[in-house]
Amino acid sequence: MGGYGLYVWGAYGVTFLLIGVEIALLVNRSRKCSETKT
Amino acid sequence: MLEAARCIVVRDLLVAWRRRSDVATALLFFVIVTSLFPLGIGAEPDLLRSIAPGVIWVAALLSCMLSLGRLFAADHADGTLEQLLLSSEPLGVIAAAKALAHWLVSGLPLVLIAPLIALQYDLAAPLYPVLALSLLLGTPVLSLIGAIGAALTLGLRGGGVLLSLLVLPLYVPVLIMGAGSVDMAAAGLAPDGQLLLLAALLIVAAAFTPWAIAAALRISVE
Amino acid sequence: MTAQSVKWFWYASPQTFYPVAGVIARWCGAAAAVLCAAGLYIGLFVAPTDAQQGEAYRIIFIHVPAAWMSMFIYVVMAFWAAIGLAFNTRLSHMMASALAPTGALFTFIALWTGSFWGKPTWGTWWVWDARLKSELILLFLYLGFMALQAAIDDRRRAERAGALLAIVGVVNVPIIYYSVQWWNTLHQGASVSLTRAPSMAATMLTGMLVMALAFWMYSIAVTLLRVRCLILENR
Repeated sequence: MGGYGLYVWGAYGVTFLLIGVEIALLVNRSRKCSETKT
Repeated sequence: MLEAARCIVVRDLLVAWRRRSDVATALLFFVIVTSLFPLGIGAEPDLLRSIAPGVIWVAALLSCMLSLGRLFAADHADGTLEQLLLSSEPLGVIAAAKALAHWLVSGLPLVLIAPLIALQYDLAAPLYPVLALSLLLGTPVLSLIGAIGAALTLGLRGGGVLLSLLVLPLYVPVLIMGAGSVDMAAAGLAPDGQLLLLAALLIVAAAFTPWAIAAALRISVE
Repeated sequence: MTAQSVKWFWYASPQTFYPVAGVIARWCGAAAAVLCAAGLYIGLFVAPTDAQQGEAYRIIFIHVPAAWMSMFIYVVMAFWAAIGLAFNTRLSHMMASALAPTGALFTFIALWTGSFWGKPTWGTWWVWDARLKSELILLFLYLGFMALQAAIDDRRRAERAGALLAIVGVVNVPIIYYSVQWWNTLHQGASVSLTRAPSMAATMLTGMLVMALAFWMYSIAVTLLRVRCLILENR
């Protein structure tokens, strides 16, 4: 990345990490509320 | 309608007078905060002169916010607020009257004390009127917008800090215009633009916030 | 009650909306994944290197779409809040509540990527750019909304208080944005502009638009999933 690797991957990396975390939390919540209530 | 507003303003002023120490503490907070900055940053005159408008304005913001908790809490606790909600007078008028009383007690004294603080920061003499005028136009807006926050957070645990989080982002334009006007004057340019915008903010706030405060009160109490 | 009015409010009932939300979420999620792959391909491989900023400018393919989404989501949130207050429909309030975390996430991403873009190009981690400052205040508005709803135990009061706050906020966002712009013209020396992006080659613009669409589809999918959870939790 022409020497800017840290910045570009730092930015992209954190972005997709956070998106992944949001999806994971949501899937977890979805599983929990469809189990406890029917 | 005006009679009801007058009654409420007089009543709130009377209550504030009976609890003078509450009012005095908020003003004392303003003075203390502005005194802390030179201690923390260093007493170099040029530096102090350049940060003075910003520091005074931020301290005014914080002091105004601290006193917002008192706006509806006492009335809510003893049931007066519910009676006000039931009255035949428009709730917006009542809300505006309470905000006016709040400003008279918490905002107007700041306008009067600010020149003394400016003295401490060695602010140039021609800037005093600009500072006072910007505070005079800006502090009512702070009271009005803050009243919305106070109404929304009525009776909540952690109310004071939550109120700050809600209200401070909304205060930002007032802060920018207010401190900006004094900065412009300090740079030798005319502060008219910012002061006129502050006046415009005041008019818009006076026109629309009473409705929002009334709606917030109904949401919180019913 | 005419046939017309029945149609409008048919999906306002949580029970009927629940399965629809699931279907839409699945399709939007798939679209998001495809668009994201396409956008990243364009952004990282197809778009040419910028003459001034080198490879660092590629952060723009995330930064700008995230900033667009953060503002768009806030407006949509305020829209559903207003509908909820006007028609007293619980589902509208749930939509507003569901949008907030995603909006806050995109605002944070815009701030983070903006900061990472600023460091190699301007030398500091935090740049007092007008848009970054507005984004920071927008983040506080989102967090304030979420904090207020979390602090109130009574669900009805929480929804309606949050709705009012969202509406007051949306009125303020343009005012905040323009006052911050004004501040920047005053403090010309201290401010730098991240909006002076590389002159838009067609591929760069395409990449940004594709990523923006990807984020949009993603937001719809995630929000609808969250609404489904809220529907189940609030039965």
